Amino acid sequence: MRLVILDNYDLASEWAAKYICNRIIQFKPGQDRYFTLGLPTGSTPLGCYKKLIEYHKNGHLSFKYVKTFNMDEYVGLPRNHPESYHSYMWNNFFKHIDIDPNNAHILDGNAADLQAECDAFEKKIKEAGGIDLFVGGIGPDGHIAFNEPGSSLVSRTRLKTLAMDTILANAKYFDGDLSKVPTMALTVGVGTVMDAREVMILITGAHKAFALYKAIEEGVNHMWTVSAFQQHPRTIFVCDEDATLELRVKTVKYFKGKNFIEELNF
Amino acid sequence: MRAPSLSVRREDLWVRGGRILDPEKLFFEERRVADERRDCGGRILAPGFIDVQINGGFGVDFSQATEDVGSGVALVARRILSHGVTSFCPTLVTSPPEVYHKVVPQIPVKSGGPHGAGVLGLHLEGPFISREKRGAHPEAHLRSFEANAFQDLLATYGPLDNVRIVTLAPELGHSHEVIRELTTRGICVSLGHSVADLRAAEDAVWSGATFITHLFNAMLPFHHRDPGIVGLLTSDRLPAGRCIFYGMIADGTHTNPAALRIAHRAHPQGLVLVTDAIPALGLGNGRHTLGQQEVEVDGLTAYVAGTKTLSGSIAPMDVCVRHFLQATGCSVESALEAASLHPAQLLGLEKSKGTLDFGADADFVVLDDSLHVQATYISGELVWQAEAARQ
Repeated sequence: MRLVILDNYDLASEWAAKYICNRIIQFKPGQDRYFTLGLPTGSTPLGCYKKLIEYHKNGHLSFKYVKTFNMDEYVGLPRNHPESYHSYMWNNFFKHIDIDPNNAHILDGNAADLQAECDAFEKKIKEAGGIDLFVGGIGPDGHIAFNEPGSSLVSRTRLKTLAMDTILANAKYFDGDLSKVPTMALTVGVGTVMDAREVMILITGAHKAFALYKAIEEGVNHMWTVSAFQQHPRTIFVCDEDATLELRVKTVKYFKGKNFIEELNF
Repeated sequence: MRAPSLSVRREDLWVRGGRILDPEKLFFEERRVADERRDCGGRILAPGFIDVQINGGFGVDFSQATEDVGSGVALVARRILSHGVTSFCPTLVTSPPEVYHKVVPQIPVKSGGPHGAGVLGLHLEGPFISREKRGAHPEAHLRSFEANAFQDLLATYGPLDNVRIVTLAPELGHSHEVIRELTTRGICVSLGHSVADLRAAEDAVWSGATFITHLFNAMLPFHHRDPGIVGLLTSDRLPAGRCIFYGMIADGTHTNPAALRIAHRAHPQGLVLVTDAIPALGLGNGRHTLGQQEVEVDGLTAYVAGTKTLSGSIAPMDVCVRHFLQATGCSVESALEAASLHPAQLLGLEKSKGTLDFGADADFVVLDDSLHVQATYISGELVWQAEAARQ
């Protein structure tokens, strides 16, 4: 694991965006050679998306030969609902870049056969040659995507019932009306993300600090599903100072001391 | 871009088949991107302006029974594109029946395009109005409703197929059956050139009236014990959920800015900017014809020749929008809505006109930050462009 600690949210977002940008450029994507990217939603990656859009608008980065696979989507929410993850991705990313719509994959929470939709998604990832870089976030309960505490660490894309905590946290996006909040979602499994060649987890804010501690300083445990990535050959955790508040001073000092810049050829 | 009364925001506008397109739907369902892009340089894109009261312009008088009424209307329709107007209601002032019979059938409803702004239907202002408040309308041709009320109206105007708005004075006898009959036929009834008190005006609204013609002008002045027609703006005796709309000529002459502000603050949702422009619009100082009378133009003001009676405005719609913005200190959105969304709502067209909602007709204007028109589009096609913007 690499732990990259930046002073604040903006710097962490910028670092992550630069990393993704460089990975794509170094890969030299083209007609027969697409770069596959796994993408998250939520408030944490917003800064990173803004930066990626900036690099695109400056002419530094094209998404013409990039294929994306989003982590999750609510079940039963109309695709054009302002809180759907389709809307999130359109407004915060896709509409500002030059990605081919055929290459932007998001699970369909309104499919007639939800499990078939999940299986088809796994198949699409396989057909695209697997994921080169999967970007994700972490929930306060240590979940990745909607793999809430207790999810199998070898799980695949499937239908999940959301935890009460998640539903309560989401209520603010649905006029505070609990009855309007979706209770189920389709999500990639922990195993699905583990299959990626590289994983980058973005963690910012003090409210995520305990989850980060559990994810990297304690053992691999299905109650904190992000901990599974301790067993992935190539994972980077990108955080701001606040997210490290529950870590040992020793851990923070150790990783801050390491200079990744040269290693990553910036 | 879904509900009315939105704010100006940084977005792209997508158009296909002459209509505003939902790009998110295009991306996820059809999996397509844009075929063509046009950079508007960060300017404001707003729904095209809609003028529901315009008597002519550029030498053309809609109330004159000329041999070729069609070309007159076409000329005005083309010239007002530069004012940002994409749809309008040609207005006829009080005239003898022969004029209506000759002119009305020659001005059909017509879609706009490179040839000019769209005709939404005619606005017949008079002759069923008050003698006392006739303003510039010729006294000789005023009428009242006889016992046959609606039949009298039909006999005067002829067939109503091309008619969209009728302005009348509700204090005239039998007016209520006329209002009800017109409303049933989908024609908007407007109160104006009237000495009605508030009660009579409210009753007219119950019968179906939805508009007030040039508020403050040609009606009883506001009085604190009987606000008259002006009182409709804050009346609590109107049918539930009904919004009363009112036209205002914001040319800096017809209404004192303080009065404009009073009306706007009392009932901002109902304010509709109209030009009430006369044939002298776009012509310059001198004598010109309006209906059956002569008018004198001096700067931005026009009078009935030889009198001090205002004869209609010559301020273009975009000038009115800018003056309204400056006089009321309202938001840019409010000023733009008064010239687009509100007239569309008045005519029940708000699903297709006066809005940039998905599915609406792509009639819009490109404005700079001080609301000067840089370009006009109808059905997604560029139909006018300012000199500076042309390459």
